[in-house]
Amino acid sequence: MFGKLTWAAIPWDQPIPLFAGAFVVVAALAVLLWIGVKGYFPYLWNEWITSVDHKRIGVMYVLLGLVMLLRGFVDAVMMRTQQAVAYQAPGYLPPHHYDQIFSAHGTIMIFFAAMPIVIGLMNFVVPLQLGARDVAFPTLNSTGFWLTASGALLVNISLVVGEFAQTGWLPYPPLSELPYSPGVGVDYYLWALLISGVGTLMTGINFVTTILKIRAPGMSYMRMSMFCWTALASNMLIVAAFPILTATLIMIVLDRYLGFHFFTNDGGGNMAMFVNLIWAWGHPEVYILVLPAFGVFSEVISTFSGKPLFGYRSMVIATLGICIISFVVWLHHFFTMGAGGDVNAVFGIATSIIAVVTGVKIYNWLFTMYGGRIRYNTPMLWSLGFLVTFVVGGMTGVLLAVPPADFALHNSLFVIAHFHNVIIGGVLFAAFAGVTFWFPKAFGFRLHEGWGVAVFWFTTIGFYVTFFPLYVAGLLGMTRRLQHFDVAAWRPWVLIASAGVAISALGMICQIVQLVVSIRRRAELLDPTGDPWNGRSLEWATASPPPVFNFAFLPQVNDQEPYWAIKQRAIETQHLAAVGEYLPIEMPRNSATGFLTSFFATLTGFGLIWHIWWMVIAGLVAAYAGFVWFAWRDEDEYEIPASEVQRLDGERRRAREEWLAREGNLGGVA
Amino acid sequence: MARFRFPRPALFAGSGKRSSVLLGLSPLLGGVLDPQGPAASGNAQILLNAVAIMMAIVAPTIVATMVFGWWFRASNKRATYLPNWDYSGRLELIVWGIPLLVVLFLSGVTWIGSHDLDPARPIASPTRPIEVRVVSLDWKWLFIYPEEGVASVNEIALPAGRPAHFSLTSGTVMNGFFVPQLGGMIATMNGMVTQLNLQADRPGDYYGQSTQFSGGGFSDMHFLLRALPPTSFAQWVEDARKSTKILDEDAYLAMAREKAAAPRALYGSIDKALFENIAARRLLVETPETE
Repeated sequence: MFGKLTWAAIPWDQPIPLFAGAFVVVAALAVLLWIGVKGYFPYLWNEWITSVDHKRIGVMYVLLGLVMLLRGFVDAVMMRTQQAVAYQAPGYLPPHHYDQIFSAHGTIMIFFAAMPIVIGLMNFVVPLQLGARDVAFPTLNSTGFWLTASGALLVNISLVVGEFAQTGWLPYPPLSELPYSPGVGVDYYLWALLISGVGTLMTGINFVTTILKIRAPGMSYMRMSMFCWTALASNMLIVAAFPILTATLIMIVLDRYLGFHFFTNDGGGNMAMFVNLIWAWGHPEVYILVLPAFGVFSEVISTFSGKPLFGYRSMVIATLGICIISFVVWLHHFFTMGAGGDVNAVFGIATSIIAVVTGVKIYNWLFTMYGGRIRYNTPMLWSLGFLVTFVVGGMTGVLLAVPPADFALHNSLFVIAHFHNVIIGGVLFAAFAGVTFWFPKAFGFRLHEGWGVAVFWFTTIGFYVTFFPLYVAGLLGMTRRLQHFDVAAWRPWVLIASAGVAISALGMICQIVQLVVSIRRRAELLDPTGDPWNGRSLEWATASPPPVFNFAFLPQVNDQEPYWAIKQRAIETQHLAAVGEYLPIEMPRNSATGFLTSFFATLTGFGLIWHIWWMVIAGLVAAYAGFVWFAWRDEDEYEIPASEVQRLDGERRRAREEWLAREGNLGGVA
Repeated sequence: MARFRFPRPALFAGSGKRSSVLLGLSPLLGGVLDPQGPAASGNAQILLNAVAIMMAIVAPTIVATMVFGWWFRASNKRATYLPNWDYSGRLELIVWGIPLLVVLFLSGVTWIGSHDLDPARPIASPTRPIEVRVVSLDWKWLFIYPEEGVASVNEIALPAGRPAHFSLTSGTVMNGFFVPQLGGMIATMNGMVTQLNLQADRPGDYYGQSTQFSGGGFSDMHFLLRALPPTSFAQWVEDARKSTKILDEDAYLAMAREKAAAPRALYGSIDKALFENIAARRLLVETPETE
């Protein structure tokens, strides 16, 4: 009836996962109860769960990412504390548990923290910057989000029901094959990633289409904001790379479920093929994450320097250059597999070429700051922190791309330090900068500045104290994923790193405090004009939060910085641009398709993991039925009457007129 | 086989001397920057050269970031505000040119280094290398000396000053063979044989470990590499031959199927075809009853 699932799957004898799991379950039930008592279910269902509004979906993506970031951080704390006490001692986490933790940490941080935050920011910002009403396929967008959430749910279920993979975040065979990983851990990994991977692919298709086809009148490619360019490049990479991931994981699934021999030791399998395939996806994935991060910094640095982005065309070329080169460097992840001098050298050099185009970007940000009037709000602090931190991470990355240096450092803590240096210093800093930057656009009030500064310093110092010692430990020959160790020389560095995690934890706490304080003091942090930072691109041309249709009139774009041009004209003429006649606007209807399909996809995934075949069939049939039901819909749009459009836009214009009056009195450029 | 040899600029001619690389860096003793053989010296030298080349561009960038960020702060009334300055052809040339030149230079280092320090490349030496066969297992290392006819677990002895040639494979999952002070990390994979050439210049005990996570006992998968003076090495081989343990197919399979770390051990006689049989997947460790 329940396949391999028995009561023994619950870790009764392991207090840590049991209590952690029980805590999460109780907390989730408490939240549900609170929502029920307060009667918020209809609101949640109508305004969020079934919403196809790209802004709502973007917010949900970011929220999912931040929650998972917290989960991944707890894993990190456990890993660091384990190593701190595991010198010539077994520590408090046995290998069975420790190996799950580092596997879950990597999987969660990449797929369910970094990806959702980055995709969430793109979701929220890109249509607004393009001057569009929504993405190309709104219901697909909702489905993509819920499939990602479904994957995240499966990974977290593994905490209490069964176990997670003990293979690392990339399940290298033959370790991940049945003879070496007979449990359900790898299956949890595979199905969580296969399901969320479909969601990510949907997002990629959706955003490539949106950026190519749906832009405001007059917005040619070379007038798009840099964030939209990086989003385009990132989503093209998703479309090209994620099918490789899906295909590769399906090959392991076939090995594990149906006795195939793609990567097994027997039957002529070849694990080296897996390593090639997974990195053919894995390296572009790095740029899927970091390109939108570069986009965020481009927006933030330009806005807070009060200048246009320096070398816009170079930046576009550099972005597309990274997009292409990122597909021809994957072998640098396994120089030590003995490919020989020619192959290693070619991939090493290809990798360092990425450093050229990235270097171009760094310099262009520097020259954007040059001659600016830099305002140090939190997003700008993150950007400056990024510039300093990222060049160090870039340097160690190029170092690892030199094969002989990699022969000394591969799989050491030096590599760990390097990629945390670029992912934290690049992607995470961008996530925090972006969230702070666009928070007022999403909610109508800014985040508290003082607590934001505290988050910045704790996170940055925490990062340096955690990971710079790991560079040293790597140089001392300490390899990654050690559950315990006996070499005395490594110990001081491991201990310093643990202290660093404590500082980072303070940053995390400040993050939560910042959110609470900002919500409580939202009245004084209000953004009445919709343009809290003196912005330059179109998202600032509408109200905060924007109406569901984004723009009452689609803006006419004549410039690379459309909203800056609009503002300058208004200041010169002392008038806002005249409005035409308000017209009714058609918007897509809410749809439960995404939520329901993903709910059944979760059931299917759970059934597959535990070999509960009736649940698999039921889930698949129901998911398919849901999508047929969606295809049969008669009305997919509803109309917002002209009077409502006029009322909402009127409020915004009044606020802008007050701004203009102030600005006029000041008589200067903002 | 004739190999085209690139001229080696003095910049990265590895010295192999402990003091040359590690001036004033005593906490780094024992690591990859404290090389004890030609492969490790080459790795370390290239590592340091690459850092030096890149610091030439990275350090000024960090300084410029701080200086620009400080000088152009909004409250600094002396700073010039250039609200519309967003292009300069000359600067663009520099912006593309400097990273390009640095990477061109570095690419030369990469190309030459990748060939010179390819683990499969024999170490130039008047003496013939000693042959060692390596098999990684769950979770221990098996070292076979085909010419001496002995084998050991979790301990390799090498004559100091004489090159060693390793052929490596895995009986089970992927692992990485690495002795930080001797350099040249290389993967061990089932059904495949990788090649590695190392040399320990001086006698000493060196720590070695697996660098590729391989399951629950991974953390115990370290071994001792003992570089011995030639006479001591001969003595070590003699001691090994005295061992009554025999490494044949049955003994191998029993050891390989026991998923556990193992203490150091010596085998007095070996099945000469064992390594080839393992590498050719004729001795499958995985038992059929696993699911």
